[in-house]
Amino acid sequence: MVNIKIEGISYQVEEGLTILEAAKACGYEIPSLCAFNHGECNQGSCRVCLVEVTGARGLVASCVYPVAEGMEIKISTPAAVEARRASVELLLSNHNKNCQQCDKNGQCELLNVAYLTGARDDMFKGSMSEPHIDRIAPGLVRDTTKCILCGRCIERCKNAHGLGILGFENRGFETFVAPAEDRSFADSPCIQCGQCVNVCPTGALMENSEITKIDEAFKSGKHVIVQAAPAVRAALGEEFGYPIGTPVTGKMIAALRRLGFERVYDVNFGADLTIMEEGTELLGRLTNGGVLPMITSCSPGWINYAEYNYGDLLPHLSSCKSPHQMQGAVIKSYWAEQNGIDPKDVFVVSVMPCVAKKFEKEREQEKVNGIADVDAVITTRELARMIKRSGILFNKLPDEEWDQDIMGDYTGAGVIFGVTGGVMEAALRTVYFKLTGKEKEGIEFKEVRGHEAGIREASIDINGTVVNVALASGMKSAKVLLDEIKEGKSKYHFIEIMGCPGGCINGGGQPYVRSCFLPNEDDDILDTYKEKRANALYSEDERQVIRQSHNNPQIKELYDKFLGEPNSHKAHELLHTSYAAREGFNPVDEK
Amino acid sequence: MCKLNEAAVNKITEICDRYTNENTPLMMILSDIQNEYGYIPLEVQEIVSEKTGISVAEIYGVVTFYSFFSLTPKGKYVIGCCLGTACYVKGAQQVIDKFAEILEIKPGGTTKDGLFTLDALRCIGACGIAPAVSINGKVYPKMTPAMVQDVIDQYKKEEEGQA
Repeated sequence: MVNIKIEGISYQVEEGLTILEAAKACGYEIPSLCAFNHGECNQGSCRVCLVEVTGARGLVASCVYPVAEGMEIKISTPAAVEARRASVELLLSNHNKNCQQCDKNGQCELLNVAYLTGARDDMFKGSMSEPHIDRIAPGLVRDTTKCILCGRCIERCKNAHGLGILGFENRGFETFVAPAEDRSFADSPCIQCGQCVNVCPTGALMENSEITKIDEAFKSGKHVIVQAAPAVRAALGEEFGYPIGTPVTGKMIAALRRLGFERVYDVNFGADLTIMEEGTELLGRLTNGGVLPMITSCSPGWINYAEYNYGDLLPHLSSCKSPHQMQGAVIKSYWAEQNGIDPKDVFVVSVMPCVAKKFEKEREQEKVNGIADVDAVITTRELARMIKRSGILFNKLPDEEWDQDIMGDYTGAGVIFGVTGGVMEAALRTVYFKLTGKEKEGIEFKEVRGHEAGIREASIDINGTVVNVALASGMKSAKVLLDEIKEGKSKYHFIEIMGCPGGCINGGGQPYVRSCFLPNEDDDILDTYKEKRANALYSEDERQVIRQSHNNPQIKELYDKFLGEPNSHKAHELLHTSYAAREGFNPVDEK
Repeated sequence: MCKLNEAAVNKITEICDRYTNENTPLMMILSDIQNEYGYIPLEVQEIVSEKTGISVAEIYGVVTFYSFFSLTPKGKYVIGCCLGTACYVKGAQQVIDKFAEILEIKPGGTTKDGLFTLDALRCIGACGIAPAVSINGKVYPKMTPAMVQDVIDQYKKEEEGQA
């Protein structure tokens, strides 16, 4: 412990803390842009958190300056207050201040810190850097007029995926953040996972919003159907002031119904369908000497990564479409047929924790007879915006149920798809049944559970058949498993890979986790939010009566009446897809 | 990628292998490639990325940060006009403007025939002979705008003589 003084009052704090951290422990929140501080920034370059310290030359950046014995810290002297304001004014002097046109409005850390420091005078009005704007990629939008060069996005891409798609280009006043050659995300090996969007303090990186597409579909009189992914219910509440980890399934359904959607479906039905198809595919590969290990294919960020970096391993990927694509295909075939509607008049909207799904739905390989399975994908955040603009008071909504016709039933196995290890566990529940003819006692496979990035592995003994499984989330971890396969050293039969660290609960389309906007959450919320969201899904699994995909009665009915059996010809036509290796930096036309 | 021929790929790989024991080899690798080929296009950066594990975006950032590195081929003759303080107050701006006018390129650009590249340099340490111009290492002292045409003609003549 070291003895310090803050504003003249004595405190004892742990050694090794930065001034910012020590002050927080003592009850001071120094205005800063560190609402997201896991070291994922340009380390002290923004100069917002300046304070006076005895013995130091000039003011110091409290986010990087460590406390020392006898240190006296002054936060509220006129010089410190003025310096912090000037730092923010400098950031604003080269910033596109059309805040009312910005989707980050209300959640912008720069605007928040401008408010806190009183930066509002345009002290340094002058020339602006040249804008670089990319609206080509289906998932992401980059607008450097709002960038403050903090570098969080660059660090996140490296930390989560080892990719480093983004970097600083040029220098001085001309510096901007972009993929190499100022390319679009679409023309670089970016997997469009959206992790960079999750950490951007301003609106410089955003999802490519598709709300207007939905507005137009309603206007044209189409049958607009909505389906929501498991992870959405675990996080949507955060946008409406609920503590992180509060499942809001019933209110979300009520809100979707009030937004005018003709049917409100759970993608969990699609998840159960995926397990039927993927489980059957795995058993087929195990018994017929197929390509092993088989790798899951639910995460479009992961699919992008595989196509860019591991073209020779594509046969290892399950040919199954992801759950929302499968369900979209069923809606546009089986559901449309049952209701006597032309599939061309059906407009399917997916609410996803993901921005890569925006890209996935555009893939040619996903289409059935030229018709896309899904027409629009919106993120959890976009859904919250739609709910807010419609004047719906979310917390006053009743809890409602999913529409029950044809695909209303779902199982606990489908719910846990939203967290790393979930697809694996759901598949194992069904594979266990198929191999033994009976259900696993206790149902769960807790050995594959988790909520963090990294690799987990397990050997599951099913009546003498040993299935070696492994899981990875985040491409940095996935790479280790993939390189093993490449070198012929992989001992696994089945691998689950999720693009985002922790799985869909931490997807690139989920609500921002920013301590400055979450005053009621604990200080360690950045370390615990993934676990809290994961627990929301596991608790919903436990509440379900039916917890194995193969026991879903409507799934059985779908196969009996329409698809035949898993992996049938019809199932392949609708529910399976293909992959192709892609060049990361493909040649682009001269601009 | 892979518009590069095998020889070039091997050469770049060899350059990367020279610095495997260095903690921060990037600057050295890029300097060697710049010296060897005169420029560092994206295809080359991709190979360096593969060899070093440093992302392409980061390498591209370094290449665009330092004016010594170039993304496009430089001309046969690289005209470096010093714009350091001493040269500048002695009229270096007028000299570089004259080069730009006659060659019809901007500083940083290369003539269409690939003969000349015009670069603006910071102090090259030749303040006593300001304004200084350096062409492929040969230094021209006390340049004036009036001398520019002659210098260019000299190189053009040399080129015709070789042809």
